[in-house]
Parts: sequence; C-alpha cells; structure tokens
Amino acid sequence: MGMFSKRKTVCVDADVLVIGGGMAGCGATYEARYWGRDLKVVCVEKANIERSGAVAQGLYAINCYMGTQWDENQPEDHVRYARNDLMGLVREDLGYDIARHVDASVHMFEEWGLPIMKDPETGQYLREGKWQIMIHGESYKPIVAEAARKAATEVYNRIMVTHLLMDESKSNRVGGAVGFNVRTGDFYVFRAKAIIVCAGGASHIYKPRSVGEGMGRTWYAPWSSASAYALPIFVGAKMTQMENRIVLTRFKDGYGPVGAYFLHLKTYTENAYGNEYESNWYEHTKELVGDYIDRHPVPTCLRNHAFLEEMKAGRGPIRMVTKEAFQDPHKETVGWENFLGMTIGQAVVWASQNIDPKHTNPELTTSEPYVMGSHATCSGAWASGPSDYAPSEYQWGYNRMMTVDGLFGAGDTIGGTAHKFSSGSFAEGRIAAKAAVNYVNDLRNEQPRVSEQQYEDLKKTVFQPMENYQVGRNEIVAGTISPSYILPLPGLQRLEKIMDEYVGGFSAHYTTNTHMLNRGLELLGMLREDLDRLGAEDLHQLQRAWELKHRLMASESVTHHTMFREETRWPGYYYRADHPKLDDTDWHCFTLSRYDRESNEWEMEKAPVYHIVD
Amino acid sequence: MPTFVYMTRCDGCGHCVDICPSDIMHIDSTYRRAYNIEPNMCWECYSCVKACPQNAIDCRGYADFAPLGHSVRVLREEAKGTISWKIKFRDGREKDFVSPIRTTPWGSIQSPAELAVPNEEDMKSQELAHEPAALNIEGGLRTLRPDQFKQVVV
Repeated sequence: MGMFSKRKTVCVDADVLVIGGGMAGCGATYEARYWGRDLKVVCVEKANIERSGAVAQGLYAINCYMGTQWDENQPEDHVRYARNDLMGLVREDLGYDIARHVDASVHMFEEWGLPIMKDPETGQYLREGKWQIMIHGESYKPIVAEAARKAATEVYNRIMVTHLLMDESKSNRVGGAVGFNVRTGDFYVFRAKAIIVCAGGASHIYKPRSVGEGMGRTWYAPWSSASAYALPIFVGAKMTQMENRIVLTRFKDGYGPVGAYFLHLKTYTENAYGNEYESNWYEHTKELVGDYIDRHPVPTCLRNHAFLEEMKAGRGPIRMVTKEAFQDPHKETVGWENFLGMTIGQAVVWASQNIDPKHTNPELTTSEPYVMGSHATCSGAWASGPSDYAPSEYQWGYNRMMTVDGLFGAGDTIGGTAHKFSSGSFAEGRIAAKAAVNYVNDLRNEQPRVSEQQYEDLKKTVFQPMENYQVGRNEIVAGTISPSYILPLPGLQRLEKIMDEYVGGFSAHYTTNTHMLNRGLELLGMLREDLDRLGAEDLHQLQRAWELKHRLMASESVTHHTMFREETRWPGYYYRADHPKLDDTDWHCFTLSRYDRESNEWEMEKAPVYHIVD
Repeated sequence: MPTFVYMTRCDGCGHCVDICPSDIMHIDSTYRRAYNIEPNMCWECYSCVKACPQNAIDCRGYADFAPLGHSVRVLREEAKGTISWKIKFRDGREKDFVSPIRTTPWGSIQSPAELAVPNEEDMKSQELAHEPAALNIEGGLRTLRPDQFKQVVV
C-alpha cells in the first residue's frame, strides 16, 4: 500500500478561495468580505500570513502611490511611467485601473496604523521619489494580515497548494484547489466557486550569484516559488510576457535596495576610476534600441545595460558614492534604516566587511534574473480588463479573470502591469475580489462539480515524492545519493544551472540564442521526467519538491517565451544574441502562451498592445 | 545571514517554527529546542529573531561572503510600538537605530463585515470598499471614457 492511502483528506468548501496570503491575497480577502457579506471567504497560505510573501521582512517605502489628493500625479501619469520603463509594452488598461485605486488602499494602511513619514512643512507624505513614499514599515505585513484575518471566514496557514481543480460540469472552468498541510501531512481539498491566485513570483529559477550557505540571499524571497504561474499554466490559462524577467542593480552580496539612495539621498554611481559611465554607452545603446534611450527616466533595463557594459570593459567595481550624503546625520540614519526595514542582510554584510558608507563607497552588482509581475517587470497571466474602458480584445469577462472561467489573479500572478509593488498588488487583489464576488453571485446555483476521483488521483501525485523516498531509501546504506530518486535541492540546482547557462543567466552575461534555448528545452524536458522521481524524506522536503515542480513549470514557460520573441526588447535584462536589436515593426506586441497538459505542447501567439493613454 | 539558536536560551516554545516564512525553523527531536534546518533557504528576514520571546535566536552572516565578528541585534516591542536595532561591525564600531512600527493598538482594525452593507448598484460600479471617500479627491473615482483615450495599436 502506498503512503498516500493513510493520509487524511480534509475537504473545505468555499465561495471565494484566495491562494496565497501576501499583499495581493490580503487585499483580496479583505475586499471579498466587504462585497460578499454572506459568502464563505477562505485564504490558504503556504507559511503564516502574519509574515508571508515578499513583504514578510517589512518595507521602508511604498513604491506605488499617486498622491492624486495633492495633485502630485494622475493615474495616466503612472501608465506613461510604467510603459516607458518597460520599453513600451504594458497593459495600459490594467495599469490605469491599479493607479486609480491604489491611493485609497494606502490611505487605509495609514488608518490601520502603518507609520507613513510626513513632510514636516507640507504635512503630505514624505516623497522618496515621484512615485515612492517613505514608511516605517517593519510591521507592514502584520498590519495588513490583521485586516485579512478579520475579513476571512477561515485562514489556513502552512498549506502548500499544489494544483488547481477543474469543474467537470463545464469545460474550462475552475472548481477548486488541492494541497497538503506541511505540519500534519493532511491532504486538503478546497472546492470553490471562484479562485483568486495571489501566490508569489519566482526566485531560484536562475542560479543565484551566492551559492552554498548564502544561496538564500536572493533579491526576491526564496519562498517565492513560482506558484503564481505554475498553478494557472497547468490548467491551461494563457500567460503573457513571461520572457520579461528582471535583473536588479543592487548593493553587492546583500542585494540591499538602491531606490532611497538614488532618489532621496541623492547618491550616484561611478566606475573604479571615479568616473560617471552611463554616457559612455549612450551611442551604443541607441543603436540597439533607438530613441528609447532618450526617454526620461531612462528605462531600468537600459541603466543595467550600461552597468554590464562598463563591467565587461574592465572598469569595475562600480560603486555608489555615499560618502558625501552620509555626512548628513539624517541621511545616514535613512540609509541604514532603509536596510533594517526591508533588507537586513545588507546591514549584516556591511557590518561584517567594515563598510560604513560614511567612509567607504559600497560596491554594486547585478543580480541573477527573477520572474515576477509586480516590480519593474510584468510577467504573468493574461487577464480581462476593467469593463468601463478596457479595449474589447482585453475584455472577455470579469476584471482580472484569466482565460479560465472563475480563475482570477492579482499581484505577481497578473501580467502586463509593471510597477504595482506592494500597494498596487494589494489594490489589485481588491479589484480581483470584487469581480470574483460578482462572478459568484452571477453563478447562482450553478456550482462547479469536482469528483472524488479527480482529487484522489491528485492525492497520489502529491505524496509520490515521499513514497519514492521510502522505497528508494532501502537500497542505500546512508547519505543523499540514490540511483532511484533525487532530492529537491540537487533538482533545484540542476534547474538553476540549465536556466543560467542556456536561458540567459548571469554567468552567460544574460545572453542566449535560439540554439541555446533549444538545448535548454531538451534539458528541461529531461528534468521534468526526473521530477517524477523526486524523493522527499519528510513533509518539509515534500514542500521543497512541489516548489521545485512549480519553478520548473514557470521556467519552461520563460524559455518558450524567450524563444518566441525574436528581438532584444530589454537589453540589461536579457539578450537574444541572434536578434540583438529592439524591433518595433514585428515585436511591439505581447507574447502569449498556452500550455496543453494533454499533449505537453506550448502554443505561442502575439497579442496587440493598445496605447489608450497618450 | 542564516539564523542559529542558543542552546541555553531556547525553551522550545515554537514561536519561530510558527512564523518562519521559509519553513526552516524546526524543533530538534533530541534537544526539544529550535534550530535552522536549512540555512541556504534563509532570507535573513529576522521574522524568527523578532518573534522569539527568549531572545534565543541570532544570525551569523553567510560564511561564503560575510567575515566573522559582526552582529545585528533587534528588539521588537509591540506594546511600545517600536523596533530597536544594534549594529556591531567586525572592527567593533557600533550603531543604534529605533523606529516606530505601528500607530494604532494591535487588534484595532475593523472587519469589513462591520461596515455598512453595499447596495446592488455599488456592486456593479468600479468603486471598491471605502471609495470614493478614501480617495480623498474631488469628482470621485477616475475613469477613462472611450472618447478620452487614444486607442492605438502599434
């Protein structure tokens, strides 16, 4: 008898199921309760919503705040900003929607008790930059989680959701989700009328610069395991812009953020010889991307590009000039508290290496690539837009519904909407939840049907790695090497090596071509087969096993998208060496993919970019 | 900087196990105390350090790039609403910082279920909970009308 047969199955019925209790998930949970007073709203989270998601550690800034109440910016301005930063390609309808709602969300945070810094002269929120406001955000996540807990009918912590369930009475309609409790090992079946995927983007699909003990010091959280993408991809939801991975220029080794340093502290970068270097690469970059280099602010990827070229020219290290700014005690405090509030590890690196930015200009580096949908990048699911103004090709149902009925998303999950950050992800969760409540109300009694057969089959799949281990372990004396299984960590490291070497990781100077991508796909295919033979010694490793499977699914998607887009749209994020230039004639469009799990095929297509704001 | 747990201070209460976003703080079955089972999946987020009632958890920078001899200690006091940090450099220099963490009592957030029930018309509008009041702008929620925007495919 297999081990799975002994495991308890717990069934939970919900009207609205929110998967992932980070910023987007907490926003979705709150809003679902507001509009759906008599609905059962369930939030399920892999960790503990008190400290989960990308904001677990806190934040020192909210990077998406319009300030429309003080006439600082209008929603249209943010659309122009995000479009410019992403080299022309964003879902302007979705971006505008977030921008018009985000301020109200931030005002709610302040009312709930989040300390937002104020300008002593104007009394307005203290600006770090045009879009960023400064906060004392150590407890940002616990505060938001308190609101979500009060709103939810039930919150299930420590349940790793592995798969979505499909309705058996109507095709292409979602019916629930399954997962397992990482403490008890119970199998959980959530049957739901509407599902809002608010899971995390992807760290650790590319080999990180820091390996060994420091492997966890990635820029994005190591628990961001691509469930945002794997869950919808597997049930056939269309994805967009998955090639649009992001590379971050950050303080070396700790990946401490540079936003406050550039914008508020007015520090700047220089090469090893004390020279400004970005202008060295102006003509060269213009040849690649045309007048995108003349836009203001200069797109993030193009600033990365200058950094990379300067390093390749042998004029590194590139440093942030902090010594001048840090003579001001207020700025020194801001500089340190900025890390303590959101990237404590950078303070540790500096303390350990005796780097006091008052006396030493610290080094910068470019990170390994990440796939996510909320920062200066916009990978994710293809979603329907708001009904009051979205172009008809962007509108097929409820706001933020994917191409699968009843399946909604927010935050890292939804593609095309760069620069939403924490506040915009929360606002998008709220937008999706109101739409999901309307969807549930409109369904009336037409409930999705999920048979026991469907989830019992998945139960066997979910616990298979533990069975693999139990059986295979008897063959060997001791240790981690078995001819029958591989453990999650070496599996992850194989994935990271393939993606790094073939799909444009840091060791390949973020460069790839069609031949490299094809070879990468072959190796990813073999890894996919091998992941059927993952071994998990315990429930913790079972969580790692499923995180790895989710990361692989996202990685295959990234590779197919990278292959499909035959241009280099975002130099500094990645390079197609066989198509080194930006090509607005053929590629001023979105890339869409759909995975068919029956045939294991990926269908690729283009979708138009509508510019609805001038 | 992966976390570690001091044997003499930990009483095995499990707060760190409960809070860790990476699921890497577990209880050792022999000593009945917590330890970091997977340092290479530690994000140094300090959630466990802040949650430990015994101050038994500390961090030591990742050995593959952080020289020894530093420390970054934290005290999070919910009742006072502050967080205090002490940074000690390898060469002995120290820096201290204190920040507020919350301006309202813990537990004071109102459930959305306690707010007035929205009507049928509101359900179909674009407005979210607390809007338009929370936007704090004249004219209510912004929208784009088809005659306002340029719909151009490039």
